[in-house]
Amino acid sequence: MNPLYPKRDPNAAFRVLGGEAIVMNPVDSALFSLNETASVIWRASDGSRSLAEIVESDVCGQFEVEPAAAMSEAIAFAEALAAHGVLTLSDAPAGSV
Amino acid sequence: MERIGARALSLGVPLGVHVDLTWRCNERCIHCYLDHDDPAELTLAELKGLLDQMADAGVFFLTLSGGEIFLRKDLRDIVAHARSRAFDIKLKTNAILIKERDAEWIRDLGVHQVQVSIYSHRAEVHDAITKVPGSLGRSVAALRMLREKGVRTVIACVLMTGNAGDYPGVQALARELGAEFTMDPTITPHLNGDRSILSLNVGQGKLGEVFRDSTLVGDVDKFLSESIPVDEDVLDQTPCSAGHTSCYVSPHGDIYPCVQFPVVCGNVRESAFLDIWRDSDRMLEVRAIRTRDLTTCSSCGHAGSCTRCPGLAYMEGNSMYGPSTADCEKSYVRTGIVTAGMLRKGTVGGLVQISGLAY
Repeated sequence: MNPLYPKRDPNAAFRVLGGEAIVMNPVDSALFSLNETASVIWRASDGSRSLAEIVESDVCGQFEVEPAAAMSEAIAFAEALAAHGVLTLSDAPAGSV
Repeated sequence: MERIGARALSLGVPLGVHVDLTWRCNERCIHCYLDHDDPAELTLAELKGLLDQMADAGVFFLTLSGGEIFLRKDLRDIVAHARSRAFDIKLKTNAILIKERDAEWIRDLGVHQVQVSIYSHRAEVHDAITKVPGSLGRSVAALRMLREKGVRTVIACVLMTGNAGDYPGVQALARELGAEFTMDPTITPHLNGDRSILSLNVGQGKLGEVFRDSTLVGDVDKFLSESIPVDEDVLDQTPCSAGHTSCYVSPHGDIYPCVQFPVVCGNVRESAFLDIWRDSDRMLEVRAIRTRDLTTCSSCGHAGSCTRCPGLAYMEGNSMYGPSTADCEKSYVRTGIVTAGMLRKGTVGGLVQISGLAY
C-alpha cells in the first residue's frame, strides 16, 4: 500500500482544548470532536509526513498502543475525515511534484 | 456541542468571543443599542495581536460584528489573520456594501457564515427601520450573490412593533435565498442607558403568537408547557455562558461578559486578554453568580426554564442579580404563570384574572 500523506483542509476551523481537538467544516457546518489520539494525528497532518510516520513517532510514542492496530484505526479515522472534506489524503508529501 | 461547551467550561476556556470591529454604521436602525461614534477603534496590528492571544487562550467561535464591519477597509486582512489562526468565523453585517469580490474572498477564506439583518420582505417597512432608502434591495442582492458564490448565509430578523407581522414574509425570503432564518423578539436598552427604545418591543399578544409558531419553536406543546422543578441542581446553575465560556470585545478593546452585558472587565490595550478573562474582578463576580444568588429569581418557579439574561437585567436597572423584565414577560407568556419578578414589581395588578376576582 502506498503511503498516505494527510493534510488538514485550510478552510477547516479547529482548536485543541486540553489535548482534544474540535474541528468545524465551514461548508456543511459539521462539527467533530476528536479524542486525544485522533487529535495528535490531526495536529500532525500538515501534509509533510505520512500517516505511518505520524502513527509510529507521534501516536505510538505517546500512547501505549499496538502499532498495527493503531495504524488500522488511523487509516479509518483519516478516511472518515477525508470523506467529510476536512482532510485530504495524498500519495506524496504536500508541495512535491 | 453540549459536550464541547461543558469541556470548555471545565477548562475555563472562552470558547466563543464576539468582537465588534467598529460601532460606525451606514444604517441608523431605530432599535439599535449602539452609539455610532468612533471611539479609537483597535488598529489592524492591535486586532492581530488580540486574535493571536484569543487563539492561544482556546477561543474557537469568533463572531465579527459591529456597527457595519465593511466600513473597515482592513476587514479582509482581519478575517485572513483570524482564519490563519483557525477560528470558526461568523460575520454579522447589513451586507449593503458587499461586492462580488468581497463574496469571493469570504468564500475563499473559509468564513463559516455571514449573518445579514433583514427586518421585512417589504422595502417600505425594512427601509423605514434602517432609515436608508433602498437598503432592503441592496441587502437582498448581496445575500443572493453570497449564496451564488457558495457562502452560507443567515437572515436575522429582530421583531419590533414596526415589523411585527412581517416575519413570515422574511422566512419565505430566506427560503428563496437559501439562507437560514433566525428571529429575536427582544429589543435591548441602549448601551448608554437610554431605555426609550424598549417601547419598540412587541406586546404580549404578538409574543404569544410567536411562541405558538412551530416553524420557530418546534414542538409548540412542549415549548409552552416545559417546566423544570426548582431543585438544588437548578439553584446551582450558572445563568448563561456570559463570562463562563464566552465574552465580548468592543471596538476600542473593552471586554464585557457579553455584548448585552456592558460591565467593563478590562481593556486589551492595558492588559492581556487571558489575564482579563481569568482574573478581572468583574469577570470573577459575574462568573461566581449562581441561580441561588439571584435576588428575586431564586424564589421563582420559572427558575429552571427561564431564559433570564443577566445582561438585560443589568441594563434594565435591576443589577446583574435581579430579574429581567423582558424575560419575566416571556416566561409568563409561554406558560401563563406569573413570575416572581412580576409579583415583586406589582405588574400582576393588571392581570385580568386578579382584577376579575376582586370584583
